[in-house]
Amino acid sequence: MLAPRERDPDPSGRDWQRAVQVAALFAIDPARLGGVRVRAHAGPVRDAWLALLKGFLGMRAWVRVPLSATDERLLGGLDLTATLAAGRPILQSGLLSSANDGVLVLAMAERLSVGVAARITQAMDSGEVAIERDGLRHRSATQFGVIALDEGLQDDEGVPGSLCDRMAFDIDLRSISPRIADATMAMVGNSEIVHARERLSATDAPDSVIHALCGVALALGVDSLRASSLALAAARVNAALDGNAICTDDDAQISAELVLAPRATQLPASDEASPEEESPPEPPPPQDEATSSTDDGKSALEDRVLDAAQAAIPAGLLAGLIAGNKQRRASVGKSGAAARSGLRGRPVGSRRSPAPRGQRLHLVDTLRAAAPWQRLRRASAAEGSANTRVLVRADDFHVARIRQKTATTTVFVVDASGSSAMHRLAEVKGAVELLLADCYVRRDQVALIGFRGRQAELLLPPTRSLTAAKRRLSGLPGGGGTPLASALDAAAALVDNLSRRGQSPLVVLLTDGRANVARDGSGGRERAQSDALQSAQQLALTGVPVMLIDTSQKPQREAAELSHAMRARYLPLPYAGSTQLAQTVRTVAQQEARKLA
Amino acid sequence: MAVFPFSAIVGQDEMKLAILASAVEPGIGGVLVLGDRGTGKSTAVRALAALLPKIRAVEHCPYGCDPDAPATTCEHCAPLKRKGTIKSVQKPVPVVDLPLGATEDRVVGALDLERALSQGVKAFEPGLLARANRGFLYIDEVNLLEDHLVDLLIDVAASGENLVEREGLSIRHPARFVLVGSGNPEEGELRPQLLDRFGLAVDVSTPTDLKTRVEVVKRRDAFERDPEGFCEQWRKEDEKIRRRIVAARKRLPDVEVPDAALERAAQLCMALGTDGLRGELALMRAARALAAYEGDKKVNDDHLRRMAAPALRHRLRRNPLDDAGSGTRVERAVSEIFTQAA
Repeated sequence: MLAPRERDPDPSGRDWQRAVQVAALFAIDPARLGGVRVRAHAGPVRDAWLALLKGFLGMRAWVRVPLSATDERLLGGLDLTATLAAGRPILQSGLLSSANDGVLVLAMAERLSVGVAARITQAMDSGEVAIERDGLRHRSATQFGVIALDEGLQDDEGVPGSLCDRMAFDIDLRSISPRIADATMAMVGNSEIVHARERLSATDAPDSVIHALCGVALALGVDSLRASSLALAAARVNAALDGNAICTDDDAQISAELVLAPRATQLPASDEASPEEESPPEPPPPQDEATSSTDDGKSALEDRVLDAAQAAIPAGLLAGLIAGNKQRRASVGKSGAAARSGLRGRPVGSRRSPAPRGQRLHLVDTLRAAAPWQRLRRASAAEGSANTRVLVRADDFHVARIRQKTATTTVFVVDASGSSAMHRLAEVKGAVELLLADCYVRRDQVALIGFRGRQAELLLPPTRSLTAAKRRLSGLPGGGGTPLASALDAAAALVDNLSRRGQSPLVVLLTDGRANVARDGSGGRERAQSDALQSAQQLALTGVPVMLIDTSQKPQREAAELSHAMRARYLPLPYAGSTQLAQTVRTVAQQEARKLA
Repeated sequence: MAVFPFSAIVGQDEMKLAILASAVEPGIGGVLVLGDRGTGKSTAVRALAALLPKIRAVEHCPYGCDPDAPATTCEHCAPLKRKGTIKSVQKPVPVVDLPLGATEDRVVGALDLERALSQGVKAFEPGLLARANRGFLYIDEVNLLEDHLVDLLIDVAASGENLVEREGLSIRHPARFVLVGSGNPEEGELRPQLLDRFGLAVDVSTPTDLKTRVEVVKRRDAFERDPEGFCEQWRKEDEKIRRRIVAARKRLPDVEVPDAALERAAQLCMALGTDGLRGELALMRAARALAAYEGDKKVNDDHLRRMAAPALRHRLRRNPLDDAGSGTRVERAVSEIFTQAA
């Protein structure tokens, strides 16, 4: 009976009732309650819910934010037309300040970037929008709630965690049939909402309610304290809606169902035999009874609220919790391999760049930047210059910031030490050259780190030039010790650097895995090996795909261990020629590229 | 808008200590607060402004220069200084917010748009860095800051001077500020170069005991319902802290750092393998600030022990074999070294 049945239409309409309740509560105090995450596909049910909420909100602001909103629209900036007409800077207010006293509706919130979410949450936290843009400095007060329309297909992809943390409610409309959504529209009247708003400031919450909500949050593994604060706010709003001057146990229960249940990351520990090894070490419920010192009424209330909340955990989430995996909410957007800079891809605004080199000039923004200064420049320009031209200076240049699917940079880390140099180096060189030719075709880059003797060396900085690579590679000498740790460190540093520049690196390590030079350059197989393992794990932390090609005659245990430590693909290629090596790397690179696409 | 009072923050002792130490001794180099959501990171930093004693500054100086400073590169104060007509005023220590989405021209300063448009006059309008001079520059969500702004900050923070070359202006003005940042590491890594600029780094996590959690929720609720009343209630406590900071600043130059303490700090840094001298310096300064704050005349082991984690944790080489957090690693090294010597 605990199987997830979230796609079943709910005949009882219970989910819809809950959604209506959420709309009513949220409409009473959108700013305090933060927001509602609405999981639903675009369709009649979602439209019905939004229409309902709009009705509850009355004349309050309703501001839609498209996914592509730039900083200028979001925060505000210089209103160029008005500025030029008036002859003094005039501010165009952004969406965040327009939403003051109302709600901000985020379309496709599941694709919202962490950066945009942070701009929204900063305004929510401080109650104002701070603008430091385009020569303007301005602060405008704004208080709003957020409607995050989440059309994500899987539960794990999602709205940025920072935003979810600040929104009291999380509703799922996917299981509701359009029939029900239409039929029971008005369960709460608008006048009730207005009255509740008036009553709200005088509504008190007794300590027992605060205790119960905090206790339940702990028992369900809801870490963030904002959740408890939001639950308390929701309980108070519910009391105001019901006309109570003081929060009752019912209010606490409803609030726990609506605010805490969807955030559960574990089932209460006291329950029957449920496998809960992975939950954090503290067993919360026994503690509670000790601390809520006074009468038994408190823990009874807590039990009741906890039971209700547990029963309200969404089916899909519950199934996951029962399966024993502590749920983690997706916190980061899918910024993954998308990166700024470069020439191709989707433009995401512009930035000033007085000396654009090889970047695409953002003409409109450049002219915008130049426009306010025209009068000044005319005055100071040489008298002979034509008066009608627009005077554009280097300072005005704006280049387009572009988010693109990144190009792969293959980082070869080649063991040139004595143990493998003699019999494999030649083949490796050949393979690298073949791959370089291939990389060149796909406009990808290649870099080469060689290691022998005491240290690793960046022999070929990332390049597209096959010629340069060939020259360097042919000069690669062999022999000496195997400073594997240093090589892996160098690779990790390079990879980090590349990722920051918007590249997608791929590391190909060619070695037999037998280190004999430690990080500090001293000898000793054992130290060297443990240093190498440590560096391998460091490399794994970068999250970059790594491939280890074991070049020794017989596959080595050390190489397999190393490969495991850095979560690499392990390929023993004892008798591989350059062609085969190149082919293998190519296949893996393509697989990785497909994964990212 | 009212700001949540510093003294009303429940628990989070390490964070509070680090912030206080920075308030006593700006030379430590600021604080970075990293941690879970909803732990009051930015609340604590914003509360700092209310605790800082006033400073003396040159009247009308856009950079808030110190009237007693011997030499000055400030184009506003230098001529006044020569004429000997400097007037000084008391003003609050600036705590300047650098909001996300700020553009470069507002950060470094640019031509004054208003005057350019209305009068056709070319005048420099100082930016956020100018306002932050002699104070604090706070960056919430510091890990989400645009890369080109990060580069700029690293540069200015190192030189203490802001150089503006744009729109035909060429201006150099003092920009010495204490960097304060906060962020959630899950949302993005911080550039190592920027990480290193922070004197102290603290990790905050959500409290796990019910009593503390209830208290946090209660105070937050009380504040939200009646901000002015709540602040009034805590005003005296905040006042006490402010007086302690003022006293500690006075005492600071006289706090002695015995050789033994220096040796300990060096040992600790060596045991942890922190790069460079920055860690040692930050640790010494933080321990001294703590001693001053607590009214001690000498830096002792206890001060070192308490400031070791914030001063060093962000300078460790990440060790993936060790699952413990960097704070735990520092503590382990501390207990090893301090018991050996005792």
